[in-house]
Amino acid sequence: MSDFPHTPPKQSWTFSNDVNAEIRRAAATGIYDIRGGGSKRRLPHFDDLLFLGASISRYPLEGYREKCATDVWLGTRFAKKPIHLDIPVTIAGMSFGALSGPAKEALGRGATAAGTSTTTGDGGMTEEERGHSKTLVYQYLPSRYGMNPDDLRRCDAIEVVVGQGAKPGGGGMLLGQKISDRVANMRNLPKGIDQRSACRHPDWTGPDDLEIKILELREITDWEKPIYVKVGGARPYYDTALAVKAGADVVVLDGMQGGTAATQDVFIENVGMPILACIPQAVKALQDLGMHRKVQLIVSGGIRSGADVAKAMALGADAVAIGTAALIALGDNDPALEEEYRKLGTTAGAYDDWHEGKDPAGITTQDPALFSRFDPVLGGRRLKNYLKVMTLEAQTIARACGKNHLHNLEPEDLCALTIEGAAMAGVPLAGTNWIPGRNGF
Amino acid sequence: MCGIVGLFLKDKALEPQLGAMLTDMLITMTDRGPDSAGIAIYSDAGKGLAKITVQSSDPGKDFKDLDGDLAAALGQPVTMLIKDTHAVMEVPLDQMEAARTALTHLRAGIKIMSSGETIEIFKEVGLPKDVAARFQVAKMGGTHGIGHTRMATESAVTTMGAHPFSTGSDQCLVHNGSLSNHNGVRRELRRQGMTFETENDTEVGAAFISHKLKTGETLGNALEATLTDLDGFFTFVVGTRNGFGVVRDPIACKPAVMAETDQYVAFGSEYRALVNLPGIETARVWEPEPATVYFWER
Amino acid sequence: MQTFDLAAKGLRELNSSLHALKGTTNMTEWEVINPKGAHAIAAGVDAPVDITVRGSTGYYCAGMNKQATIRIKGSAGPGVAENMMSGTVIIDGDASQYAGATGRGGLLVIKGNASSRCGISMKGIDIVVHGSIGHMSCFMAQSGNMVVLGDAGDALGDSLYEARLFVRGSVKSLGADCIEKEMRPEHLALLADLLKRGEADHKAKPEEFKRYGSARKLYNFNIDNAEAY
Repeated sequence: MSDFPHTPPKQSWTFSNDVNAEIRRAAATGIYDIRGGGSKRRLPHFDDLLFLGASISRYPLEGYREKCATDVWLGTRFAKKPIHLDIPVTIAGMSFGALSGPAKEALGRGATAAGTSTTTGDGGMTEEERGHSKTLVYQYLPSRYGMNPDDLRRCDAIEVVVGQGAKPGGGGMLLGQKISDRVANMRNLPKGIDQRSACRHPDWTGPDDLEIKILELREITDWEKPIYVKVGGARPYYDTALAVKAGADVVVLDGMQGGTAATQDVFIENVGMPILACIPQAVKALQDLGMHRKVQLIVSGGIRSGADVAKAMALGADAVAIGTAALIALGDNDPALEEEYRKLGTTAGAYDDWHEGKDPAGITTQDPALFSRFDPVLGGRRLKNYLKVMTLEAQTIARACGKNHLHNLEPEDLCALTIEGAAMAGVPLAGTNWIPGRNGF
Repeated sequence: MCGIVGLFLKDKALEPQLGAMLTDMLITMTDRGPDSAGIAIYSDAGKGLAKITVQSSDPGKDFKDLDGDLAAALGQPVTMLIKDTHAVMEVPLDQMEAARTALTHLRAGIKIMSSGETIEIFKEVGLPKDVAARFQVAKMGGTHGIGHTRMATESAVTTMGAHPFSTGSDQCLVHNGSLSNHNGVRRELRRQGMTFETENDTEVGAAFISHKLKTGETLGNALEATLTDLDGFFTFVVGTRNGFGVVRDPIACKPAVMAETDQYVAFGSEYRALVNLPGIETARVWEPEPATVYFWER
Repeated sequence: MQTFDLAAKGLRELNSSLHALKGTTNMTEWEVINPKGAHAIAAGVDAPVDITVRGSTGYYCAGMNKQATIRIKGSAGPGVAENMMSGTVIIDGDASQYAGATGRGGLLVIKGNASSRCGISMKGIDIVVHGSIGHMSCFMAQSGNMVVLGDAGDALGDSLYEARLFVRGSVKSLGADCIEKEMRPEHLALLADLLKRGEADHKAKPEEFKRYGSARKLYNFNIDNAEAY
């Protein structure tokens, strides 16, 4: 034995422990990793932006006394019955099937109490959510599970889903564990099978056909319902412009942090763009068509706080949608359940195997023993509280910028902390007048 | 993303009405493509003559004395018919290439839309009815023609981005769909000496076919080759001096309807485009099969 | 008989008039003239009325139909009777792609040929095609019955669930997980009824058909089937 010091063992950055574990898992199973949730990468996000509060050059509004309105109209372009929400934070589409009935009920209760809308998902409309949601958006998806004209007529808006941020261009697979009798019946599938979903709609392809599909939906519902078109953030300039040309009332744009019930991890982490990079392009498309604020823009994918809401709106969005954050507000991934998460081989905050239906919080499951643990009344109250806090936070920031309405926030109220954030958001790097990419450098 | 119409006349008696029939068909496809419209009309210029259609965004300036200047440059007689932003120059057939070169030198602002013995192309930004009216397409006669209404997907809404695209003598192509490998194919075709005016995927489709024809392939083979070398979704309609062809990708999602009678073969993205054609009630109406080349020649 | 001139009065007035019949119990007869390939004709009807369209239709004629009997005296464009719930749609001519897509009930009869993706993702509808059907028909078909007197194109029944497919002529190719299955007495009885209701019992006999259905190998993921996904 030599007394010279050893070179300590060194792990590869490229072949990290995480990477090697995934290689071993793939080699053992022969199937890609399927999980729920959104991107777990560190992505450029709203954290890279800061607001420029008022001082001498601008005058702030007095908190609690001077009004800062938060309401939003959606669907004012063609619909006879546009939607009016008290707050610009909506609940994103999540299916009954992915979520339990009580969880859908809680979303309806919380959203209604806070004065906003909730959204169905791939699986049709349940009585729980229709009954408990004052304003309900009905998703029109490639699978058309549970689709019927009666629900089309009793919803408040129709969202034609072309894609979602977690998997733009992809379909999905809901594993058999969650296809319970009720889910199987609603989706017209045999119980317990893996549900494979298509990535394209069965009866149209492209914006020229979409225009005709939107016409049909408007005719069936007598031109009453606002028609949203939802796209995953990948080519937001073109997709927004084409949704507008096809006749949408509202464009819903979901960045790659947006969650999903289940898809391939490789898809979640490698396809699409963060929402920060998507918003300015979508807003530019609307402005170029003279449609900004006429066709409303709802953005989603990683919205967590009132600051995020205010930043999305300052960049030009009319409203935001939350999914993952709403589930956390209901009690998903709560450290209080750490012992049970450990039994599943995970830890609170990291649990993403939503498709397996073993959620100890009783939210992403169809197992009665698990979902009966979840109290929809309490869950609804928690969601309402959280929505109220987000709204108060956004108002606080808007008042500090001298705005009497959240919609009056502008990109010029922002600066960026990072060059990436400045380039993506199109706002100057803090303390400079430099917007990377503008003026050729 | 778009609407396509096409008409190939078998009955000579209908030839004076070609432009009127195509205009009517084109306007019904407005919803599929409100951004811009274009039309290629094939009619014989007369023995030994070629037609060159040019476009200018400043026609008052660019077309002034263009016929005289071109005649002087070629040392040959030239006639010019101005239609709005386009002008059709007739030159001796053997002077066609020389005239194309001369035109680009004479006026920096003009673009050549097409050249050949029979083809004329007119296209502009705007609603199909307005575009057709500007060029008085309804008054034109001819043997066959192709029209297109465009809903731009990823490339700009410009005159040059409108269809039809012509990348070879008497050739044109229109497209409904969206190609997914056009950038790679464009790079390869550029390396082979083809030139491009736009970043449009359809121009790549047109150039791909022209390049195949240039290397001695038949039009049929060129269309077959699109099925292996072009990726994405497409319904193509192509025109040549004396013919008219259709091909759809193997997935064949983009719509296509055809009708044939003793008098004509017609193409429409939707049946709506065909409803006013004579004898449509008794025509053979069908949808072209995926990955199958259809071709009519006189 | 109410006659509605679509060219004169327009689509919105047609559909709002037809929607206003909801709750009507007396069978009423309607005739739509000058359809000229227009889209969404008689979409969203929910009443036991009898509607005859004199001419050819565009996309989504009879979309989401409930209860009504809708007859097309011409050919139908893409997505005819898409997501039909109940009632009957009868097309004298051909149907374009996606005929009966995602249909959940009722009967769709196509007396000519159907194009690609006929019965795509069907969820309980019965479809009887007197002629042939195009490629990718019954893709991801979940339930219901498809009867084809002529031939089927490529990839019939790809990723099929529990829909039953009966084809009298040739099948160009079967899609992933679709196989020929034994024709049992209950299937012959079912076919006899479908042929009768589909106004095709004078053209074909149940014994002349072959049955196709799901091999159910894709129902739960197995690495050995990965190439089929």
